[in-house]
This record gives sequence, structure tokens and C-alpha cells, in this order.
Amino acid sequence: MRKSGVFFSFIGINLAIIAILCIISLIAVSEHNIASKDISKIVKVLQLTDMVLATDARYTRNPSQADLFSAFQDYPGSIEHFPTGSVIPPPDMNSLEKLIEIKANGS
Amino acid sequence: MALEKHRNILDYTLQSLLKRKLKNIGIIMVFTLVIFTASSVIFLSYSLRQEARLLLKDSPEIIVQKMRAGRHELISTLIMTEIGQIPGVSGVEPRYWGYYYDSGVKANYTILGIGASGTEKNRVLSGRMPSRHEKNIAAIGRGIAEARVIKKDLGSVLYLQAADGKWMNFNITGVFESDSEIMTADLIVISEDDFKTLVGMPDDAATDLAVHVSNEAETPTIAKKIKERFPDSRPILRDEIIRTYDAVFGWRSGLIIALFMGALIAFIILAWDKATGLSAEEKQEIGILKAIGWETSDVLEMKFWEGLVISLASFMCGIILAYIHIFFTGASLLAPALKGWSVIYPEFRLTPFIDFYQIAILMSLTIVPYIASTIIPSWKASITDPDTVMRG
Repeated sequence: MRKSGVFFSFIGINLAIIAILCIISLIAVSEHNIASKDISKIVKVLQLTDMVLATDARYTRNPSQADLFSAFQDYPGSIEHFPTGSVIPPPDMNSLEKLIEIKANGS
Repeated sequence: MALEKHRNILDYTLQSLLKRKLKNIGIIMVFTLVIFTASSVIFLSYSLRQEARLLLKDSPEIIVQKMRAGRHELISTLIMTEIGQIPGVSGVEPRYWGYYYDSGVKANYTILGIGASGTEKNRVLSGRMPSRHEKNIAAIGRGIAEARVIKKDLGSVLYLQAADGKWMNFNITGVFESDSEIMTADLIVISEDDFKTLVGMPDDAATDLAVHVSNEAETPTIAKKIKERFPDSRPILRDEIIRTYDAVFGWRSGLIIALFMGALIAFIILAWDKATGLSAEEKQEIGILKAIGWETSDVLEMKFWEGLVISLASFMCGIILAYIHIFFTGASLLAPALKGWSVIYPEFRLTPFIDFYQIAILMSLTIVPYIASTIIPSWKASITDPDTVMRG
């Protein structure tokens, strides 16, 4: 077989795999929509607000409920303690709508 | 005939690539790794974002927290009536929840005190949840059962230490099935009365309030009114909750920056190395081809094929491997970053939501620049006199 034939076969096989994966995705998503109705019911009844992604700190377990100082567990500017703190960022501070300027003495 | 010419050039290109087998396999491996990393992050973040949108759309419209000294504090349930009188509010419910640190297994649990009904015949819950005033009954998540090595069968007993130091025992009447792990892995659902005894919460207090709104468009106005009437409160809108997850898995999140940018920089170095010049051997090859009668356009076509063969093969392999990694192996390489020091964490069974738009962007950001960086230096060499090129 010519080398170009081998190359086209390789690309063809890859395309076929990608097509199969797309079909698997479509089926999985449609099946998930059925299961998610049951999960949504649990979310509604238990009034849940967050996903269980990391349970090591309260602000990574419930990022949407964390208080505005949650990124600085002990004092403003304290060094991040938990590794997931670098994955799950602090809450959006825009709602504070106030700029706090800290100036050193004499500046 | 014209097609045959292109095919011949492709044959020659593949032959030429095989001559530098080691170098080209190295490039394909690095390129595949770059695509694999970038698309793994894209698959994971998009899938989790979609999951959050889908599952959190039924969470309460507004959560009202009480703040004191910048920290979340228990809220009085006496203000429920006043909030309920705000036009547009269809209901106010107290939420009782908190964390329980189990020093035995060094894990944090989330405890919910609720009188839950309406979960009968739910496929993600085997057994049932406690009712509002039912004592010593609990429904638990899979993660708790695994951390406490409790038999996953119903009827086992869970012991928790109350605020006054006494031990409370809970008969497990319900276990959340693994399908719902992403929402329930660390949950212990007990009755409202038991929750108050466990954490020592006063009768007229709650962790926060869930406010239901009849018309969703009015939610920001109602939140504003709550904030005006109770300046020490912090209303959290459902939109904000969903936006939080967009931020966690969004473009600017730590996960994306750390992995995606790393992969992108690696690719830029790879492309830059290609674009800055040809090796003496490659220049000589172009010179010989020109000397034996190849047109400049033929040389450029050969280089186009070279770029396409390497980048397309790497892109396809990278994408397929990333899909297998995220959706078949549960993001085994990325999940540890999300778990951190968590003792209880869900097993990621992600639904393969795929954003073709992002994949197309990734494709155009990698394949096109790579082909360009292969063609441009060759174009420079191929327009030079063959004799000069061959002499270097």
C-alpha cells in the first residue's frame, strides 16, 4: 500500500473513532437528562446550592455561600492554606461596590 | 491526473518524514500531549459547567444570609414573616445546614436538617429521607458510607457527637445513589429537630433563609428590598450561584490558567522553534528538489502536507485520548487537583457535554499556526537560488 494510503486510512480510522465518541456523547447526554430530573428533585427538596467538588474547606465545599473574606481564612492577605483554594477562586468581590484603598503612612 | 500529482507529493512528504523518524515522532508526541492537556481541560471544565447549570437551576431563587463582622452568622427566623410580605415573594423557608468535622476519619461532612418529602420513587435515593420531626433517622451520601466504612445497606447506625458532647445515633434509612454523587457525596440529611440538638442551635434561628420568588425577573429587585430592610443580610441570587461555577471552571480560573496556559506556552515554543529556521539538512533537501526541477509551489505543497500530517495526526490522537481520559477514566489525571485535601469527594462520572465551538477554536489555534510555521521558513528557502541553498 502506498504511504499516502496508509495516512488516509489512519485519518479515516481516527475520524470514525471521533464519530463513535460523538454518538456515545449524544446518547449519554440524553440519558443524563432523564437522571438529572431525579437529581434536580433532590436539589429542590434539600434546597442545595453547591456541587460536592472539594470538601476540604467550607469555602471550597460551598463556594457560592462562602463569606466575602473566605479567601483569606484568618486575615486579609493570608497565604492560601488549602490546595483546592488555587482551583476554586474567592467569590466575586464586585458586589461590594466600594474600593478600599490601603495607604502606608506618609505616602 | 492533478490529484495523482498531489498524492505523489504526499507520498514523498511521508517518505521524507520517515527519514527523520525520531525527530518527527518526538514532535508528534509533544504536540499530542499539548492537545491532550488543553482539550482535557476544555472537556472537564465545560462538562462541569453544564452539569452545574443543569442541576443548580432548581436551587432556591434567593438565599438570605446574616452577616456579622464580615462573617456568615445564624439568622433569626422571626424575620421570615417580614420577608414574606415583600411583593413578589411566594415563600420563605429556613435552611438548617452546617459542617461536621469527623476527627476519626479527618473528613468534613455537610449536615442538613430538613423535613423532606416529595422524594418518593426517586431513582437516586434508595430508601427514604427523614421527615421534619422524626428522631434519629438519617439519609447519607455514598462518600460518608465509604469514609466511615459503614455498610451501604440500609439499617446501619451512624454516630455523631452533639454540641453538648453527647453521642447521637442515627439509623440510616436512605442512601444517595452514585448517580447523584456530585451533589450528595458528603451529605447527612437528618430531621430539623435532630439538627438543632446536634449543633446546639436556638429554636428561633436558622443557618440561612431560602426565598422563593414567583416571577424570576423580579429576583434582583426583591434581593435589593431585602438588603434595604435588613442591611446586615447578604442575599445570594441563584444566578450568582451558577455564575460562581462559571468562574470556577471559566477561562480565568486557576485550573485553566495552570494547565491550559502551560500547554499553550509549550505549543508556542514548539511552533516558534519550527518558524525560526530550517535545519541544514532540510535546506539541502529543498535545494536538491529545486535543482531537479520542482517548482516553488510544489515545495510549498510538500511543506503544507508535512505540517498537516503532523498537526492533524497529533490533534486527532490528542482529542481522542482527552475524551477517554475525562469521560472514561473519570478525569483521573485532573481530579486530584480538584480533590485537594478532601477526604470525601465524588467519583467523577462526567456526562460528555462537548462544546464543538471550543474544539474548533483549539483546532484553529494549533493546526493553522503549526502549518504556517512549517511553510514560512520553507518558502524563504525555496525562493532562493538552489545552489546557494545547498551550500547553506
